[in-house]
Amino acid sequence: MTQPAVPDDLVRSLSPRVLGILLRRGADFAAAEDAVQDALVEAVRRWPESPPEDPKAWLVTVAWRKLLDLRRAESARRHREQRVEREPEPGPTEDTDDTLLLLSRCCHPSLTPGSAIALTLRAVGGLTTAQIAQAFLVPEATMAQRISRAKRTVSGERFDRPGEVGAVLRVLYLVFNEGFTGEVDLAEEAIRLTRQLSAATDDPEVEGLLALMLLHHARRAARWTASGDLVPLAEQDRRLWDTALITEAVGILQEALRRDRLGEYQVQAAIAALHDDAASHAETDWIQILEWYDELLTHSDTPVVRLNRAVAVGEVDGPLAGLREVERLDADLPRRDAVAAYLHEAAGTRGEAARLYALASERAQSAAERDLLIRRAARLHAKDG
Amino acid sequence: MTKYLLLKHYRGDHEIAPGGLTPMDQWSPEEIEAHMAFMGTVIEDFKQRGEFVDAQALSPEGTFVRYDGEGRAPVTDGPFAETKDLVAGWMVIDVDTRERAHEAAAYLSSAPGPGGEPIREWIEVRPFLGDAPGVTE
Repeated sequence: MTQPAVPDDLVRSLSPRVLGILLRRGADFAAAEDAVQDALVEAVRRWPESPPEDPKAWLVTVAWRKLLDLRRAESARRHREQRVEREPEPGPTEDTDDTLLLLSRCCHPSLTPGSAIALTLRAVGGLTTAQIAQAFLVPEATMAQRISRAKRTVSGERFDRPGEVGAVLRVLYLVFNEGFTGEVDLAEEAIRLTRQLSAATDDPEVEGLLALMLLHHARRAARWTASGDLVPLAEQDRRLWDTALITEAVGILQEALRRDRLGEYQVQAAIAALHDDAASHAETDWIQILEWYDELLTHSDTPVVRLNRAVAVGEVDGPLAGLREVERLDADLPRRDAVAAYLHEAAGTRGEAARLYALASERAQSAAERDLLIRRAARLHAKDG
Repeated sequence: MTKYLLLKHYRGDHEIAPGGLTPMDQWSPEEIEAHMAFMGTVIEDFKQRGEFVDAQALSPEGTFVRYDGEGRAPVTDGPFAETKDLVAGWMVIDVDTRERAHEAAAYLSSAPGPGGEPIREWIEVRPFLGDAPGVTE
């Protein structure tokens, strides 16, 4: 047989489920993670010769045995008798999906976002520490430390009830926003994990987030030029959008909306869907988008939402109305100058627009954004000349 | 997470630390030893916290180079002995918040100098621009 000893996909989908089962049986998080890794090593060795009928059950059995070995070694030091014999036997594996349980542990509120992301990618995503380190451009030893600290932070607590879905969704969305920086496509990874979570829960916000991710992801090919420059939504070549993905996302969103438990991710997805539905920037249904922004404010009234809403106001009621909305926001808000510049350009006050684009470029948080804003400022200056 | 550059300067134009600082070659060997050991501790601490990315020291000697037209040798100048500000070295850390970056820089600045007192030199803290913005527009 020349097939890979243990198919990577299978491992990536099984290891978090096996981990979840061990945790639900009361295992300590760090120890359970080690045991699953040991079991995977053994699978690589043994499956080529004797492939198991039920790989998940096999992994649970072996990982549980590893865990018991570990505990025996520890307790043997302290006691002669072996208390672990009383632990439940690893019978047939439960079919209950532990994805939410595991994810809510990895996205525990006691973790900083950076730690939650790293732990989620390791324990649920099944990525190697080296892959995660590479994706975040830090040394592998640093990432290993970050993950083991995170494990220690969440270790010790009894792990039998899933936590809040909202915290999990926030972390998954952060992973998605990391995008694509190296060999691991974190946006794809976030979508995969959100799909997994969506299959395991009945909260329509999970579908809302999944739809939102897919609707953004569908535009990815149009978002960058061949030379790596950022293309804003209004100027994207919409023929490059992935229509199959958009159709899927709209279906998921409609299904979620039908359940009448609206939340911020469903609303954001609705806005993204309206953008994705427009054949051109000019044909965008801004009136509906503005209505959804008003709805979004009732779920999440943040300065960022108000800033994005100001763009919609500018399209519906004119750029001056949009500018009035922007002026009510804190001057330090990221991207505020960029939005103001855009509205000034639309209003025809080009000098002010150029000045604000230049200012915004100095405060940009990424090189791609900075370059885009500098070009806009330069373009306006050139027209003046 | 954002990466921050913690920049150490050699400054000649004004005091790098309150009350001025005796040049290191006039410190006692023990004082130098304690200072170096502290730097190692700082790096180890950042590593333990999962924040460490890089640390490099630079030789104070350096040359300025400039293009001088097609087919001509580069123009060189320096090292500029009179330069008021030289970069001595840096650390790069990857942290959750700007507050944490400031705290880390202050810790670095508490390195012991003469008499074991913290030298309290200024550390310049500069956030990296990420490669790409998030997808939300």
